Amino acid sequence: MGLNKFIHEAMSEWMRGEGPESDIVISSRVRIARNLAGHPFPMLATTIQAEQVLADVKAIVHPMNEHRSESEKLAWIQMADLDDLQQQVLVEKHLISPNLLKDGRKSAVLLSENEAVSVMVNEEDHLRIQCLYPGLQVKEAWQQANEIDDLLEARLDYAFDEHRGYLTSCPTNVGTGIRASVMLHLPALVMTKQMSRILTAITQVGLAVRGIYGEGSEAVGNLFQISNQITLGQTEMEIIDNLLGVVVQIIEHERAAREMLVRDSKVRIQDKVQRSYGVLSHAAIMDSKEAAGRLSDVRLGIDMKLIAGVSAGILNELMVMTQPAFLQQYFQEKLSPDERDIRRAQMIRERMQQTKSNGGASL
Amino acid sequence: MICQHCGMKPATIHFTKIVNGEKSESHVCESCARDQGDAFPGMQPTFSIQNLLSGMMAQVQQPVEQRCESCGLSYSQFSKLGRFGCSDCYRHFETRLEPLFRRVHGHTSHIGKIPNRTAGQLKIKRELVDLKKQMQFHIERQEFEQAANIRDRIKELGDS
Repeated sequence: MGLNKFIHEAMSEWMRGEGPESDIVISSRVRIARNLAGHPFPMLATTIQAEQVLADVKAIVHPMNEHRSESEKLAWIQMADLDDLQQQVLVEKHLISPNLLKDGRKSAVLLSENEAVSVMVNEEDHLRIQCLYPGLQVKEAWQQANEIDDLLEARLDYAFDEHRGYLTSCPTNVGTGIRASVMLHLPALVMTKQMSRILTAITQVGLAVRGIYGEGSEAVGNLFQISNQITLGQTEMEIIDNLLGVVVQIIEHERAAREMLVRDSKVRIQDKVQRSYGVLSHAAIMDSKEAAGRLSDVRLGIDMKLIAGVSAGILNELMVMTQPAFLQQYFQEKLSPDERDIRRAQMIRERMQQTKSNGGASL
Repeated sequence: MICQHCGMKPATIHFTKIVNGEKSESHVCESCARDQGDAFPGMQPTFSIQNLLSGMMAQVQQPVEQRCESCGLSYSQFSKLGRFGCSDCYRHFETRLEPLFRRVHGHTSHIGKIPNRTAGQLKIKRELVDLKKQMQFHIERQEFEQAANIRDRIKELGDS
């Protein structure tokens, strides 16, 4: 099994466009940070020390897989065995973090066949367990991460302190080591200029917001990630409930804003959505920023039932497929930025065409 | 309000500095704030969570250089990097971490998940802390019967 699928197929479980509240919530993720007792953290580890951690974790992969179903079995992938492009593809699919590639000779990832679970080894911490689910499923993601954590802990000695909890490299993760996050598509809140007000409110309740696929805080494609900041002094469930409480309210605001748009400016929205649909279906050159914006428009059109016949899953998939590394992997050649823009447009056109022939998108 | 620095543009940056209880305030316009750089931490182009953290940690610094005996990381290196070198750093820098955790998390003690293998003893310890609090509560309200019941449970747990 393994590597080929992870690298060549864009579609991961989290992109299927299904799951609760999937008209607004793209995905839910829980990440927990763990370290092994008696080993320096990756930042200070020598090559030999880092290799020791890799060997210790690798040794337990087989016993961990014993009672897991085929789709849940974990594959061991060492970063040193991948070329640059393959590594980038894993980043673009959100299966590993860019940080894992800082020193690729020392790091590895355990990936489940269905791509819902990944355990990064020698990232900032020895272990970063990450579970990614489609739609609003933070609790489910936590349950899965918790289970993987138990499996690892049964076989590895964790750095744990009664008073401080799980000890992590960065003091912002200590305690539970948990970072729960939700990726939201909020085009109507952006269009109605309510986002900055909401962002301010969110940060005041101990949560962080950032844009996705953008530079800095710019949110390309109207995608925002909301996550907890506090990891110490609250239980995992309190942290998740706090996040969910806020996310549910944001979803309500987004829905209200969408209703308002339909009520007050339906033709304008229809024009925006269909214009983007037309551009995606016919353009010959498309940079990634434009692609993200247009895909966001079409997605809104689908969710608001202004366009039919295009699945939300295809848009999630295109979001990943049109990223630079995936594009080059797909076409099997190194591409300059200009060439990428041409191939990106080509790929999107083809996908839109396919959807049409499979029953057809209708405006 | 007009910028204290150039005296021309309206002051949009209001900066309050409190050092050892002494408060000083500045009101300047954005371009003057940017020119002065260091005086206004929020205006630095490289402002990031790492800077913010190391800024916080620098404030709790003490004159004597402390080092983690296990990995050799010094406290000032830790302040700069914003990262611990190993799990023993927590023990060696113990006295200086309390205010840092309080500022970052608003709390200093872990109450979440416990690894299964250490769970047994630790769960008992936590329950004991909890019961002692309850006992104190009842004593303060002069509900001595309930307090005595809890005392018995504390004794049972302590013996196990």
